[in-house]
Amino acid sequence: MWWRSASFIRDRQNQNPNPKPSSLLHSALDDSPSSPTSTSMAALNPNPNPISAYYQTRAEHHAVVTSDWLAQSADAAAGDVAASSGAASGGSKGEGGGVGVIEEFNYWRKKPDLAEAVAAVMALGAVIRSSEATTMNELDIELKKASNNLKSWDTTSISLSAACDLFIRYVTRTSALEYEDFDAAKRRLIERAEKFGEISLKARKTIAMLSQDFISDGCTILVHGYSRVVLEVLKMAASNKKLFHVLCTEGRPDRTGLRFSKELAALGIPVKLLIDSAVAYAMDEVDMVYVGADGVVESGGIINMMGTYQVALVAHSMNKPVYVAAESYKFARLYPLDQKDLEPALRPIEFGVPIPSGVEVETSARDYTPPQYLTLLFTDLGVLTPSVVSDELIQLYV
Amino acid sequence: MDLRRPNRPVIGPKVRQVGFVTPDSAAATSSSSIPAVSAAAATSAGSPPSSLSPVMIPPPRHPSTEMSNPHFHPVGSYNPSEQILGSPPALSPSRSSRFDADGSDFGGDDDESVALSGVGGGMTPKSSLLMRQPVTKTAPLVSETRKRDSNASKGKGEGPSAAPKEKLTKAERRATQEAQRAAKAAAKEAAAAGGAPSVSKQPKPATKPATQQKKDIPSGSGPLQPLAPSGSIEKKQGKKEVAAPHPRMQFDDMTKVGKLKKRAVVNQSEARNRVELFRHLPQYEHGTQLPDLESKFFQLDLIHPSVYQVGLQFLSDKISGGNARCIAMLLAFKEVIQDYTTPPEKTLTRDLGAKVGSCVSFLIECRPLSVSMGNAIRFLKNRISSLPHNLSDKEAKSRLQSDIDRFINEKIIIASKAIVEHGVSKIRDGDVLLTYGSPSVVESIFAYAHGIKKNFRVVVVDSRPKHEGQGLLRRLVERGIHCTYTHLNAVSYVMHEVTRVFLGASSVLSNGTVYSRVGTACVAMVAHAFRVPVLVCCEAYKFHERVQLDSICSNELGDPDAISKVSGRKDLNYLDGWAQNENIQLLNLKYDATPSDYVSVLVTEQGMLPPTSVPVIIREYGIERLWT
Repeated sequence: MWWRSASFIRDRQNQNPNPKPSSLLHSALDDSPSSPTSTSMAALNPNPNPISAYYQTRAEHHAVVTSDWLAQSADAAAGDVAASSGAASGGSKGEGGGVGVIEEFNYWRKKPDLAEAVAAVMALGAVIRSSEATTMNELDIELKKASNNLKSWDTTSISLSAACDLFIRYVTRTSALEYEDFDAAKRRLIERAEKFGEISLKARKTIAMLSQDFISDGCTILVHGYSRVVLEVLKMAASNKKLFHVLCTEGRPDRTGLRFSKELAALGIPVKLLIDSAVAYAMDEVDMVYVGADGVVESGGIINMMGTYQVALVAHSMNKPVYVAAESYKFARLYPLDQKDLEPALRPIEFGVPIPSGVEVETSARDYTPPQYLTLLFTDLGVLTPSVVSDELIQLYV
Repeated sequence: MDLRRPNRPVIGPKVRQVGFVTPDSAAATSSSSIPAVSAAAATSAGSPPSSLSPVMIPPPRHPSTEMSNPHFHPVGSYNPSEQILGSPPALSPSRSSRFDADGSDFGGDDDESVALSGVGGGMTPKSSLLMRQPVTKTAPLVSETRKRDSNASKGKGEGPSAAPKEKLTKAERRATQEAQRAAKAAAKEAAAAGGAPSVSKQPKPATKPATQQKKDIPSGSGPLQPLAPSGSIEKKQGKKEVAAPHPRMQFDDMTKVGKLKKRAVVNQSEARNRVELFRHLPQYEHGTQLPDLESKFFQLDLIHPSVYQVGLQFLSDKISGGNARCIAMLLAFKEVIQDYTTPPEKTLTRDLGAKVGSCVSFLIECRPLSVSMGNAIRFLKNRISSLPHNLSDKEAKSRLQSDIDRFINEKIIIASKAIVEHGVSKIRDGDVLLTYGSPSVVESIFAYAHGIKKNFRVVVVDSRPKHEGQGLLRRLVERGIHCTYTHLNAVSYVMHEVTRVFLGASSVLSNGTVYSRVGTACVAMVAHAFRVPVLVCCEAYKFHERVQLDSICSNELGDPDAISKVSGRKDLNYLDGWAQNENIQLLNLKYDATPSDYVSVLVTEQGMLPPTSVPVIIREYGIERLWT
């Protein structure tokens, strides 16, 4: 999967003066919506802001590569090697436990069906395994360093930092640290790390199982954004011979909805595509809304792709349930009070036409949906109401 | 009556009169609907129209009522003839013109108040009574149940619903009243003979002979004797009550108030013209009892001087604010422990607990406890009772003192520091922050944020009559923070420019309700309407597992004069002499309850939490779990 990384594409571009991104990506995924015009867009849409690496990774997984990312990865490769860009530069940076963890992380990260957070968990597990520390304290320090490294790799990713924190909490919150024998303690930690990795890997299946009861024959489901968990849920529902109808939003700017609808259509699920602004229009016929989450925050609200908030608002005002499918490693100790109270995660937006000069573009990639607009959260811990999220976090952290 | 009694359900259907009924009509209905239950008792207990609230909140079921009713009703203690014979004696506090301080506003939360009134001042009102008059005690109880019954039939519930009974003649009633009066006088004498009347904890042996005198009172003791034949059982009963959770004191329950008054040290006088809806709360005329108490300073040997000092400071409002009051109280207790020596033939764990309890009940008389103080007391009692028995006095004392220090340090001081750090993270450059009153934690958040060069502006909202915001305003301005000062009336006007509302809290209840300075709910609701996030800053030791839906059931009433007078405006004298006019009722509430819907986040030392997570914090890190 490495050929999907931005830096690889950049390298190929350098070799081939006349690139066609879609052809490059053809072998990986055939539906790439990125158009050949994207390179020309780069000049027209100057975006000096740093781009969220989280969304970059996701877009790579979804085979959506924009020119800005290519440009950024070029900068990264040319400039500071320690810059938090992509796979190519990752290996050469860091010190101590950092080197291994980033490499490991990048190895796992490139698996398209593996969430970034799970990759981080796997990488941290590998850190423990390969650690040469001789005392528990040393190992602890090493682990913390590795996790900090991972977190600083992408400060905008909520699930990444949440998973790192949770991993450390989960793994080290054990009596093992009091063992006399270091090897035994280490073994115990590895055991716990593996267990955590396993739970994280299985999370999607668990969630899909849990949410089956909520999908009934003949219902219409509105989906916003490309969420692998939601896809898993719908897949399982389809394989259980449930008959339902899916409405899929387009998911501008990276058109995640297009890809999502394609996958659903391949499963034989009747699916209809909406533009993002048609949510309220279509809400009448919708029975429930399913969304994924980039992060679940302490209030019980979610941070997710831009547009989730308005979908939830519309659904709430029409008394339709909003279900969130999110793995528990996305639970983060954050408490945003409003939309602006978040670490900004920016992404380029292509409008297809040149943007008039003097016009600003809102490039935020995500929004925060307060808990009062959510009905239930399907997590691998069970089906939770939003308020339970905080309870779980308190029990884990405090 | 004996015949009729048993047929009736022991605990009758709860009759609840809702709505405002004028006192006269209430009295009329009460006397007409329960013509006979014991009209005499009714008149003596609370028939004067002003003393009974038409809107009654049924008191929580608690052993004392549930126990006494079933015990006494079937036995047939309601024989009118008995009544006439002049039983209802001593205790009948009848209608007391003055109410006593107890105000377990919050102090009344379960264990704590058990501790307070139970271990402390001797026992719950009832049990103390039992102890004092072991022999004739049945009679008082009869009259008490009678009264309760009459109350109940008037609208409270508990007792059998009013059924027509034979009416007492006027003469009969008078006879009863006189008998009661005589008995009361006798009791007073007895008490005087027994020991210092004002001290709550009376030496038992001293009072016993006195009560013996009244042995001749016929009363309903006959039928009751099988139930409570000997003093030991009575004592046991009393103990049981001590152990059982005590409900919050309802100050419209005349019998209880009367009993309380007996034990009270502080002679608080009842304010006149109280608002109907809030009759169950104690309201006193302020300022009158201070010299009285001061003169008593040298008589009250049971109360430690430091506690006395703190009590007077509470009374005179020298110390206010949840944290300050709690710290002052704990420091006073520390001195109590320092000066404590275990009396011979007593164990420290028990005796010290009782001693602390008596201090607490004194403090309650001065001013109702806040939840934070209640929790701190609970913690201290917990520590005292969990001391190992083989510890020497000195060791035990030093251990307790260091526990108190740790509590102050960890639960209050360090906790507020943690809250400051959490709170500051929510202040961005360019913010306009609004606060109400003068919450100490919020003040330190602002100070800290200013110290780390955040660029923000503060709107201080204040209200009459305390104007606490002015102090905050002054301190903030001295630090160089840009401030706006306004009154609560203008809050909807300033809210549109505000980006964050920071509020303090007296306590947070387990349904997320924030119990705080009166006016807080108003600010929170306006902020919610304007979609401004509301941050409530509160240390976790102020969390309480109780649930409260409104601010009526439990609250504190301030001095009504404070709102009738406007300082600096001599010409605004329309309310002068309001107490003489029966048609004016002034309400000076001290607290209100903010529903959790209006609270965006609770900032505690455990982090930022949604208000729905309060039970989790209580469960996981409650006072009980502290260092156990």
